[in-house]
Amino acid sequence: MTDTLVDIRDLSVSFKTQDGVVEAVKRVSLRIDRGEIVALVGESGSGKSVTALSIPQLLPTSAFHPQGSIRFDGTEIIGAREPVLRAVRGARISMVFQEPMTSLNPLHTIEKQVGEVIRIHRRLDASTTRARVLELLNLVGLRDATQRLAAYPHELSGGQRQRVMIAIALANEPDLLIADEPTTALDVTIQAQILALLKSLQGRIGMAVLLITHDLTIVRKVAQRVAVMTGGEIVETGPVDQILTAPQHPYTKHLIAAEPRGAPVEPRPDAPVLMQTEDLKVHFPIRKGVLKRTVGFVKAVDSVTASVRRGQTIGVVGESGSGKTTLGLAILRLIASRGRIVMFGQDIQGLGFKATRPLRRRMQIVFQDPYGSLSPRMTVGEIIGEGLRIHEPKMSDDARRELIATTLEEVGLTRAMLDRLPHEFSGGQRQRIAIARAIVLRPDFIVLDEPTSALDMSVQAQIVDLLRELQARHMLAYMFISHDLRVVKALSHYVIVMRDGVIVEQGSTQEIFNAPREDYTRALLAAALNLEVVIPEAQRE
Amino acid sequence: MLAWRSDNLSPITRRRLRNFRANRRGYWSMWIFVALLVVTLPAEFLANDKPLLASYKGALYFPVLVDYPEATFGGFLAETDYRDEFIQKEILDNGWMVWPPLRYSYNTVNKLPPTPAPSPPSAENPFGTDDQSRDVLARVIYGFRISVLFGLTLTFFSTIVGVLAGAVQGYFGGLTDLLFQRFIEIWSNLPILYILIILASIVEPNFWWLLAILLAFEWMSLTGVVRAEFLRARNFDYVRAARALGVGNVSIMLRHVLPNALVATLTFVPFLLNGSITILTALDFLGFGLPPGSPSLGELLAQGKTNVQAPWLGMTGFAVLATMLSLLIFIGEAVRDAFDPKKTGA
Repeated sequence: MTDTLVDIRDLSVSFKTQDGVVEAVKRVSLRIDRGEIVALVGESGSGKSVTALSIPQLLPTSAFHPQGSIRFDGTEIIGAREPVLRAVRGARISMVFQEPMTSLNPLHTIEKQVGEVIRIHRRLDASTTRARVLELLNLVGLRDATQRLAAYPHELSGGQRQRVMIAIALANEPDLLIADEPTTALDVTIQAQILALLKSLQGRIGMAVLLITHDLTIVRKVAQRVAVMTGGEIVETGPVDQILTAPQHPYTKHLIAAEPRGAPVEPRPDAPVLMQTEDLKVHFPIRKGVLKRTVGFVKAVDSVTASVRRGQTIGVVGESGSGKTTLGLAILRLIASRGRIVMFGQDIQGLGFKATRPLRRRMQIVFQDPYGSLSPRMTVGEIIGEGLRIHEPKMSDDARRELIATTLEEVGLTRAMLDRLPHEFSGGQRQRIAIARAIVLRPDFIVLDEPTSALDMSVQAQIVDLLRELQARHMLAYMFISHDLRVVKALSHYVIVMRDGVIVEQGSTQEIFNAPREDYTRALLAAALNLEVVIPEAQRE
Repeated sequence: MLAWRSDNLSPITRRRLRNFRANRRGYWSMWIFVALLVVTLPAEFLANDKPLLASYKGALYFPVLVDYPEATFGGFLAETDYRDEFIQKEILDNGWMVWPPLRYSYNTVNKLPPTPAPSPPSAENPFGTDDQSRDVLARVIYGFRISVLFGLTLTFFSTIVGVLAGAVQGYFGGLTDLLFQRFIEIWSNLPILYILIILASIVEPNFWWLLAILLAFEWMSLTGVVRAEFLRARNFDYVRAARALGVGNVSIMLRHVLPNALVATLTFVPFLLNGSITILTALDFLGFGLPPGSPSLGELLAQGKTNVQAPWLGMTGFAVLATMLSLLIFIGEAVRDAFDPKKTGA
């Protein structure tokens, strides 16, 4: 079957705002055939989601179409009356969103939420509905579906919730499924499973999928055709193989070249050990009953022994909840822990605030979310200068300003940005500011807690390059925490694999990536690098 | 170092100003309120029983500012009664006088009322006189001023105390928070009225005593909000980053957390001001407020209640209070709109 399902021609979308009309999508044309997976690729703000949302006409009321047409199965959508649209939405076009944590109503059971969609569009009695719900949950590979019917969303994991969302989307056997970054919020192994599911469903029930993503690995794995969007325009479209191997447009080339690559610079083998933990534990008590007696512990980090040398990067990988971030915070003594932490030859466990302070300038941290890690009401200069005011109180204002300015230039920004506020910058620029705040004190050891995860792909590569360059220049030691193994591979000398607070496997980057010993590591690698599902028990049947 | 930088208004501040202006009712209420405040602040120059300026035998006198013994103008009292016909004649024969628009202060008694007090509105007393033959308009002008000033002072101090208390609770959390919360629960159940009655038997409650007592209870209205904001903000990455830099707790609270908690606080302040004014009026109405003779709106309402045959008392009191409180509520609504994250996108 090659007949056209969706035909978008010359579509523009504009938004009315207080500052006038903003054009988000400019004269976009896109065709989706029946039973085809089309990927829409682009960075945040490129207009991918807006284009996709115009198909079922689910844009906010401030949006309007200055021109263009969308034909769905021959029917013009733009300007169609509400009853026509309602018959299409949910029944023939359905959607899966990025955030599985908030897309489900926390107060209703799974059965009710899946059943609701069926009942709205088809009048069925209770037992038929239930049978259909079970069938759908089995179809999307939710294990123990019968027991899960009465479960509430909070009892499910992120991957399970996304499966339920897909079940809801599939309830009425739609012709088109719009999946807006369906796996971005999930762990790599789960991500691989969900993508495999989407692909198999597409084959089995013959529905078309419009997959919105910024991740080219996903595109390569599941899509048949791809459209590349930037600045509200589709710059290139064609079969996946052709676009990814022989891109024509400079933006597509840039996007493909942007995947983090390269290898870390080797440190000297005799470099001194900067940081060392022995048997480090972070346990959170579980309290129960009226008297709040401690009945057990959540072992967020358990018996971790690790060390970092000067100029070396130690990568910490694992899925969410594995204790990676907790480990980083514990080493910097930002949360309470037990066990030895030897920093610069001194045991810092149990040192008071005053005694730790001089050490703080030598150990720094960069966080994942560049939007949350900068005080929104302080200028860039104040943010970067804060540490200097504490550790170099005698430095004159001019000298401090000069040092901040040169540090800004070192991370690839300009000194003119000194007096601006964080909200004026993009995510990548903010992350550079956060890095500048960390390196302005000339530290020896920096914990990098997923510093690239919230950024667009091409920006990730730039940040990785910057970090590598800074490491070589200042002989910095990094602890690089990430779930993205490609970035870890590009930056780390030594890798620790964590699961449930415990180190599962550790070794040099080559050892881990080329000859992993543990099943868990193998599964993680396969999922992250090739989006392959390795854990057999996680799949259906 | 704190939040507001007027030289480079951030887009969000500008958007807030625009939202504030977009609420026309609140915007105009603010200007009317400011105008009323500007007019009534120099109440002594607006309504007084002393001339603003007098020339007597070639010398200039400033009776509003300086108390002259009556001997200056040929009388015999320790303090000059400029409303006395003899003095007026004496001064006018030897020079001139400039009177304020209203020749009554809040405690000036109209000694020649047209009817037994309280007397209805007349050319001499536009809003009539009260049951002690004092001019109602003059008392309302002074009463408005004292109400607003009391409200502003009380709001100012209770905001400071409330923010501090909420900040300590929210930032440190744990046991500090737990004990503080229990203390507030007990403290907020103490009856203010009885404490004031007991106090009235020990000292004479003046402006500052009332302020101190009310402050002891008013501060709690803000702690909840501020505590919640601090509880939320203490886990933000930029607070963690500051801790990693070695910044002390006090600096983190002042520099990183407080500016963000201030938004929630500012939204509450106009309503707090309203509450402060109402509570003073209520105490005055019951007779436990400002000392007897003070110009107060509550006392005017009480007079209206006991003199139902003189409706101008109750009606004036009601009109002034209703206008003032409504204006403040409208301003409060506009402030709330201005800080509404749905409208500012922050």
